Amino acid sequence: MLSYAIRRLLIAIPTLFIVITVAFFMMRIAPGGPFDQERALPPEIEKNIKAAYDLDKPLIEQYGIYIGKLFQGDFGPSIKIRDFSVAELIMAGAPASMQLGLSAIAIALVFGVAFGTYAALRQNSAVDFAVMGVAMIGIAIPNFVMAPLLSLVFGLYLSILPTAGWGDGEIQYKILPTIALALPQIAYIARLTRGSMVEVLHSNYIRTARAKGLREKLVVNRHAIKGALLPVVSYLGPATAAVMTGSVVIESIFGVPGIGTYFVKAALNRDYPLVMGVVIVYAVMIIMLNFLVDMVYGLLDPKLKSH
Amino acid sequence: MMNKSEKTAMLEAAGAPDEIEGRSLWRDARIRLFRNKAAVGSMIVLGIITLLAIFAPLLSPYEYDQIDWGYIQEGPNWENGHIFGTDGNGRDLFIRVLYGARVSLAVGLLATAVSLAIGVTYGAVAGYFGGRIDNIMMRFVDILYSLPFMFFVIMLMVVFGRNIFLIFVALGAVEWLTMARIVRGQTLSLRRREFIEAAHATGVSNFKIIFRHIIPNVLGPVIVYMTLTIPQVILTESFLSFLGLGVQEPLTSWGVLISEGAKVIEASTWMLIYPAVFLALTLFCFNFIGDGLRDALDPKDR
Repeated sequence: MLSYAIRRLLIAIPTLFIVITVAFFMMRIAPGGPFDQERALPPEIEKNIKAAYDLDKPLIEQYGIYIGKLFQGDFGPSIKIRDFSVAELIMAGAPASMQLGLSAIAIALVFGVAFGTYAALRQNSAVDFAVMGVAMIGIAIPNFVMAPLLSLVFGLYLSILPTAGWGDGEIQYKILPTIALALPQIAYIARLTRGSMVEVLHSNYIRTARAKGLREKLVVNRHAIKGALLPVVSYLGPATAAVMTGSVVIESIFGVPGIGTYFVKAALNRDYPLVMGVVIVYAVMIIMLNFLVDMVYGLLDPKLKSH
Repeated sequence: MMNKSEKTAMLEAAGAPDEIEGRSLWRDARIRLFRNKAAVGSMIVLGIITLLAIFAPLLSPYEYDQIDWGYIQEGPNWENGHIFGTDGNGRDLFIRVLYGARVSLAVGLLATAVSLAIGVTYGAVAGYFGGRIDNIMMRFVDILYSLPFMFFVIMLMVVFGRNIFLIFVALGAVEWLTMARIVRGQTLSLRRREFIEAAHATGVSNFKIIFRHIIPNVLGPVIVYMTLTIPQVILTESFLSFLGLGVQEPLTSWGVLISEGAKVIEASTWMLIYPAVFLALTLFCFNFIGDGLRDALDPKDR
C-alpha cells in the first residue's frame, strides 16, 4: 500500500509540472499581449513596462524565471488588477470557491449514493423508474440553465433566498450556488450507484450473505455498499474536475467572489500571471483529489491491496 | 447463376460462419433496440429536431440575423410570426433556436468524430502492441485524465480566437480519453484470438490487422460510447458559448441563446426557456439512445 501511494505521488509531481509548462507556453505563443490597447503606447513606455514584467526577455528565460519564483511561492503580480499580487487575489477568492466546490461534491456524494441505492433495491419498480427519470433530467439540464431557473423560482417568485453575492458567507447565500453545482453530479452518481449496486446484488458473495441468514439491511450496509461504491469512488476524480469547471459558470451567475470568476476575465485580458495562478490552484486541487481517490480505491479494492 | 440461399450454403460450407453470426448479432441488437420505447421515442424526437435544423430557412418568414424593429424583445406571438418571441435585438427567436441547433448538432457530431478517430486508433494501437508500449501510452492517458482540461480549452479559445473549427478539434481532443480506454480494454482481449493469429501467420501487416480486424470487432462498445459522447460535446460547446467563448454573432448556438436569456430572465423568460428546452431535450434523447444501445448490444448487462 505504501509503495502504491509513493508511486502515485511520483506521478502527481510531473503531472503538475506538465500542466504548468503547457499553460505557460500556450498563453505566450498566442497573438496579443496584456498591453494591447486601442491607442498604442509610446514605444519607450511599452518597453519599460514589458521590462518590469520580464516580458522582453526570450521565452525560455521567462519560463525559467517563472518556475524559479514559483518554487519560492511567488506567483508574481497581476498585470491588470493593479497593486495586487496573484497570491493575494487567490487567497481572497479561494475560500469561497473551495467551500462551494467541496460542499457540492459532498452533497452530490451523499444524495447520489442514497438515491442510487434506494433505486437499486427496488429495481424495475415505479420508484426506480421515477428516481432514474429525475436523474436523467438532472443530467440533461446543464447547470448554467439550472442556475438562472433556481434563482428565478427561489429568489424572485418565492423570494426566500438571495440570488446573488456571497454576503459575509452566511448560509442563505450559499444554498443556491451549491445546489446548482451539485445537481448534475447527484444525477450522475445516482445512476452510477444504481448500476453497480444492481450488479453487486446479483453477485455470489451477496447470495452467500443472504443464504447464511443475514438481515437485508446488514447485507446491503455491510457487504453490498462496499463493492457498489468502487465505480463511484473512481468517478470522484472526473467529478471534481467537472465541479471545478462548473464553478466558473456558477460563480459568475451568482456573483460569488471566487477564483473562477477571475479565470475567464484574466484569460480574456491576457493577464498571464493571474491565469497561470488560477490554473495551478485548480490543477493542484484536482491532482490532490485524484491522489486521494486512488488511495481510497486502494483501500476498498482487495485486488489492489495485495500490490 | 446461383440464388441467394445456395450462396449462403456455399459460404457456410467454406467455413465463413463468423460473418453470418456477426450479422445476426447486429440484427438481434436492432430488434432489441426497436423494442425499447424510450430509445425509439428519442430517435423520433431527435429526427424532428434534425429536420427542423436542416430546413430552418424554409420554416420562418424571418432571417436569423434580420432585425424586426417593431418587435424588440417581445414575447411569443402567433399573429406576427414570432412564435418564440424576439430577442433584445428584435431578431426572431424561433429561427435563431433552429440555427443554434445547426451549430450545436454539427459541433456534437464533428467533435465526436474527431474524438472517435483519435481514441479508437490510440486505444487499438496500445492494446494491440501491449507490454511496454501499452504501459507508456496508457500512463499518458492517465496523466491527461487528471488535468483540468476545460481550462485548457477555455485558454485555447481565448488565445486563438473563436474559430468554430478550433471548437471541433479542441472538444474532440478532450473527449478521446475514455474512448481510448474502452477500445484498449477490448483490444487486449481480442489480440490473442485465433483470427488475429491467423492474420499474423499469413503475413498481414500490423497496421492492417488493427484497422481491418481489430477495430471492426470493437464497434459495439464504441458506438454506445459515441452516442454518449455527442451530448457531452454539445453540453461542453454550450458551456463555452455561455461563457462567451463559442461561436460569434450573428451566428448563434444554444449556449449563446441561453446565456442571453439568462441575463434577462426576469423580464423575458421565453428567451431562456425555448433554447434551454431544445438543449435539454436533445441531451435527454441522446442519453436515452445511448442507454438503449448499451442494453441492445450488451444483453448480459440486464
